[in-house]
Amino acid sequence: MPTASVVKKSSRASQRFANRVGRRAPELIFGDLWAFDPAPESADPKLKPRYNLFINGKFVAPKGGKYFDSINPANERKLTEIALAGPADVDAAYAAARRAADGVWGKMPGRERAKYLYRIARLLQDRAREFAVAETLDGGKPIKESRDFDVPMAAAHFFYHAGWADKLEYVAPGRRVAPLGVVGQVIPWNFPLLMCAWKLAPALAMGNTVVLKPAETTSITALKLAEIFQDAGLPPGVVNFVTGAGDVGAAVLNNATPAKIAFTGSTEVGKIIMRSLAGSDKKMTMELGGKAANIIFDDAPLDQAVEGIVNGIFFNQGHVCCAGSRLLVQEGIAEKVLAKLKTRICSLRVGDPLDKNTDIGAINSREQLTKIRALVAAGVKEGCAMFQPQCVLPPKGFYFRPTVFSGVSMSSRVAREEIFGPVLSILTFRTVDEAIEKANNTSYGLSAGVWTDKGSRILKMSTELKAGVVWANTYNKFDPASPFGGYKESGFGREGGRQGLLDYCKLI
Amino acid sequence: MLVRSPQAALQRLFDEVGSVDQIGIDERVAKYGTRSIKKAAKVWGLRTAVTMVDLTTLEGKDTPGKVASLCQKALRPDDDVSIPPVAAVCVYPSMVRHARRALGNNSSVRIASVATAFPSGQAPLKTRLAEVKAAVADGADEIDMVINRGAFLAGEFGRVQDEIAAVVTACGTATLKVILEVSELETYDSIRAASFLAMRVIRPGDFIKTSTGKTSLNATLGNNQVMLEAIRDFYLDTGVAIAMKPAGGIRSAKQALTFLIAVKETLGDAWLNNTRYRFGASSLLNDLLRQLEKEKTGAYQAPYYFSEAAESY
Repeated sequence: MPTASVVKKSSRASQRFANRVGRRAPELIFGDLWAFDPAPESADPKLKPRYNLFINGKFVAPKGGKYFDSINPANERKLTEIALAGPADVDAAYAAARRAADGVWGKMPGRERAKYLYRIARLLQDRAREFAVAETLDGGKPIKESRDFDVPMAAAHFFYHAGWADKLEYVAPGRRVAPLGVVGQVIPWNFPLLMCAWKLAPALAMGNTVVLKPAETTSITALKLAEIFQDAGLPPGVVNFVTGAGDVGAAVLNNATPAKIAFTGSTEVGKIIMRSLAGSDKKMTMELGGKAANIIFDDAPLDQAVEGIVNGIFFNQGHVCCAGSRLLVQEGIAEKVLAKLKTRICSLRVGDPLDKNTDIGAINSREQLTKIRALVAAGVKEGCAMFQPQCVLPPKGFYFRPTVFSGVSMSSRVAREEIFGPVLSILTFRTVDEAIEKANNTSYGLSAGVWTDKGSRILKMSTELKAGVVWANTYNKFDPASPFGGYKESGFGREGGRQGLLDYCKLI
Repeated sequence: MLVRSPQAALQRLFDEVGSVDQIGIDERVAKYGTRSIKKAAKVWGLRTAVTMVDLTTLEGKDTPGKVASLCQKALRPDDDVSIPPVAAVCVYPSMVRHARRALGNNSSVRIASVATAFPSGQAPLKTRLAEVKAAVADGADEIDMVINRGAFLAGEFGRVQDEIAAVVTACGTATLKVILEVSELETYDSIRAASFLAMRVIRPGDFIKTSTGKTSLNATLGNNQVMLEAIRDFYLDTGVAIAMKPAGGIRSAKQALTFLIAVKETLGDAWLNNTRYRFGASSLLNDLLRQLEKEKTGAYQAPYYFSEAAESY
């Protein structure tokens, strides 16, 4: 048989190796033989020394006259200062949004609204490099991600929804749709510009006007987007940005004006919001936390699966609600996968986010870094085996090494709580049913990944996994046409696609 | 009783060495292209690439004169004497003795010869082995053989492997490079499987090589990556370090640097030298020289400032 000689040759090879028992096991060297010179992105982010609130089409000073600093998490230096909105500012923003909804935007034909959205998308593309650098400075994500993912995807969301604006009669066949009116939105710090686009584009396409609060650590690109709205001639009041911390968010969400509230953030805050809105007639969509299972079967293409694991958990420093933070590996290949994963992690480059070669940038804030450290310490205390590569971290700024925990049990804190950092927990399973049971044994249900060569297994898993998105043989793939949202405590409502539009309209 | 069809045999081999996801590989290699290599790192990469070139001429119209000119270019690629010589020249067997005469016996530039009825391999095994022996006798330091793709696609892996083993013997002390001719194997799965077939019978320091340069699709980052990963897995399993040579289609310095980044991030530092990695190319050399000149002077020179020695693939 042909394979017999294969086996023979293979045993001859291992024989050769066995002859050198006593020598060290073969190792790959990822040293500094070819150290890359710094390659910083040099585009000018065009930051202003101070950013005001964006209300009724103009930048206006906050009524309280207060500002807070926005710092660069990569070196802890101040970038600019941002207006701190008070309750009166939030009221003014809602008043402007109300006027715009009733006066212009709600009545405007969809095909006219589309022109504005197309214009915004194109202006964003024109200034892509500038926005990418601003996003990286403000949030700490590697420039290659803001350049290749955040900014182009933000533009794509405006383009996609511009395309819908004159076709709204097809959103719900047999029904007519009407805008809700004014919408209040609060977004997180992990994808500041993209979340802005993700929330604004469907709301605007449908004819709603918006009051939006960006996260306090990452307000810059939203306010730069406001400049684009001005350049695009978007009617005053259609989009209003109020900036500040949680109390401003509460003011935005609890205001009497909005017909709908959209929130993306932590499950903890989401629950507080839902409690405070209970009994009101406001519509809500919530996109909350996740603890996704990335499931590797023993017939999967392992190197590509390892690549998917890395992409799943280390993309954007793991600050991703759909991050594949729980790796479920079939027992027979667990050791092999862990070994391959360690090798791969050793070639990741951690450091200055502005460097074009950086794979893992800075953690968004000191607060988040403290939280990650505490959870990792808990993992170590619970007896999980920890692996971190020995990369050198910059002396200043918030950095955390990519971290892998193996030997994790389902009851470990690192397997149950959302860490929102570059920390992976590896668990094992034996059968398909066990994989499904373990994957679903969580209070979250935002996303999951399945790696196998067997197509029918993919279909079975995607039916049985309680997750809003199931990726097969890939991970972290997004498209404006594809709805995104969660099961269970990962939230409700969908964003993107036709389903996302339905959450921003009344059916008549 | 196991089914003895080509598909079944292939399936068993795949089960053993594991499969490759095409989309995953293509995404992985796209990331190498986003690496930004500047200043000293760029110069190091370009110089290292020069030392890795197998300067090649494989044409029916090759003459002793052209081969002599190729050898001179290999020894002294540029007017700038600080530029190192390339790794080897690569010629047809009939040209080996002319290359030996041009290079002498103590040259750092090695002589590689394609053999085994290159590029098709469609000659009786006896003839192919005789060709290898003749090339070695004429002074070849390295032999670039082609595998029997027909046998591979027919599922006769034992035959493919036995033929490679026979060529290993015929080589004597000469280094062997096994050309898989990836475009005829078509899928990444097959490329991985064929890499393993070859690696299991060749010696440490022997090469696996992508292609002959005589078909439409030659070395790509994708098939380079599949083969690098096969080499890595084989090394970690057995401790046997196999070398790699992409050939054909690598024409620009930028491409060469991207291939080297793939090596650095897949196999690490130990493979960043010309005993473990080569480029089968000819027009690549002058682009490397042109970029090195640009790094030195800050200005691009016209192509005609660099001497031409070969213009094939």
